[in-house]
Amino acid sequence: MNQLLPDPADAVYVHDVPAERPWSKILKRGQTLRLIDTEGQQAVDALLYCAENPAERYSAQDTLRVQGSAYVGLGTRLISNKGRVMAEVTADSCGQHDTSAGCCACESNAVRFGEETKYQHACRENFILELSRYGLAKRDIVSNLNFFMNVPIEPSGEFTVVDGISAPGNYVDVTAEMDVIFVISNCPQINNPCNGFNPTPVRVLIWDPPTA
Amino acid sequence: MNRQEIADANRRRYEELRAAGQGSTAKALPAPTALDGAPVAAGAVIAREVVPYGWYHTVRLKRGEALRIVDDTGRSSVSLIGWCAHDTSERINCADTVKVQWSAVLSKGRVILTDMGRVFLSVIEDTSGAHDLLMGGSTAASTLAVYGEVGRNTHDNFLAAASKLGLSLADIPPCVTFFAPVSLDKEGRFVWTAARKRAGDFVDLRAEADLLLVVSNCAHPLDPARPAAGGAVTLLHHRAPVPAADDPCRTTSPEIARAFVFTDRLHAGDGP
Repeated sequence: MNQLLPDPADAVYVHDVPAERPWSKILKRGQTLRLIDTEGQQAVDALLYCAENPAERYSAQDTLRVQGSAYVGLGTRLISNKGRVMAEVTADSCGQHDTSAGCCACESNAVRFGEETKYQHACRENFILELSRYGLAKRDIVSNLNFFMNVPIEPSGEFTVVDGISAPGNYVDVTAEMDVIFVISNCPQINNPCNGFNPTPVRVLIWDPPTA
Repeated sequence: MNRQEIADANRRRYEELRAAGQGSTAKALPAPTALDGAPVAAGAVIAREVVPYGWYHTVRLKRGEALRIVDDTGRSSVSLIGWCAHDTSERINCADTVKVQWSAVLSKGRVILTDMGRVFLSVIEDTSGAHDLLMGGSTAASTLAVYGEVGRNTHDNFLAAASKLGLSLADIPPCVTFFAPVSLDKEGRFVWTAARKRAGDFVDLRAEADLLLVVSNCAHPLDPARPAAGGAVTLLHHRAPVPAADDPCRTTSPEIARAFVFTDRLHAGDGP
């Protein structure tokens, strides 16, 4: 697995996303984006939109249907709501990523953990702010990718966010198959184990496609 | 409290909630409705619609009304999406539905949530308990892959129905599919259990706000049966019984009790 990995020294873009903050960039077809879980156990929520027509966007259900299984990992093709391949997971040193649990929000936090958590920062706040740069809004937020988030689903249907398995420095590479707006929220959740109860920074690297 | 003490306290609360939601202290859900159970009184019926295989229908439910969906032949699956009439950016949210209830299984006593921490629909009757919140409905691509040609499909149905409501592609969220016995094996692969489908299976969904719902009667992508085998489904729009104080859907867990508090607050005129 993970053959012909790009060299970090060749990256055309490197950025550290502070804990609890959003980030986005247009990823060109053929470019590869690496997310590094710098300190470990840090969930990174991500959404992809077709740059040409953002109404076409990442679809968790289409992705799982095409794959036939419930978790995201090496080789997972990220499918749009129009059935097209937007990107593919081309390297993964973690091995367990979710796309069924959605993102945290002030409103759902209040339901899950009590009304006293309503005024805590949440991924949906990040997504709304970042999406506004592209003319997008809350209604454009759909079930997202949760990189480095460990959510086993049992044969009984039991569904639980448990301790992350990503170690410091674990990474996942996503190679774009079309020009996409790649949006992430470095998850601020402190009420469940997705961030080890302690949100930390993550690093983003981008490579241009290898020249022939 | 210092940072570590806060983290420790939050972990303790999480483990307590998890035990209450899944473990030995979880409140038992009601037994499934019998196939001949829960008759709807003639005077409670508002409308009846038979949706042929491959087609869709839009229903406007007032808060407190219910939609019964009947799989008459036992060969259908019915995908559903919907929006709140007060603000169509508030809509069905499958991810929160699963996450908040600690389970991907929808059955009698469970609820479907909106993205705003409120209750969308309550599952007040259900003979089946075999529904899909994870994999979604059929699409042009899925029918092409399975049948070798593009057939009528749920994505195109949702798009048509949404467009007739002034909505569009960007408004279509992930869907729930009823009478779709999808589960996971130990490796996380999706499995279809045909034996869990029966002619006459039905669900009753009580609206917890004024809603716009779209149902699509298309084969689930995992269903090995071909569209030619698909049957019609019956929709019965009716006035649901007024929920009692101990209504099973309102009292399953502290989380769902809070979701109802926030829902009731909105309808009392005191909510965002």
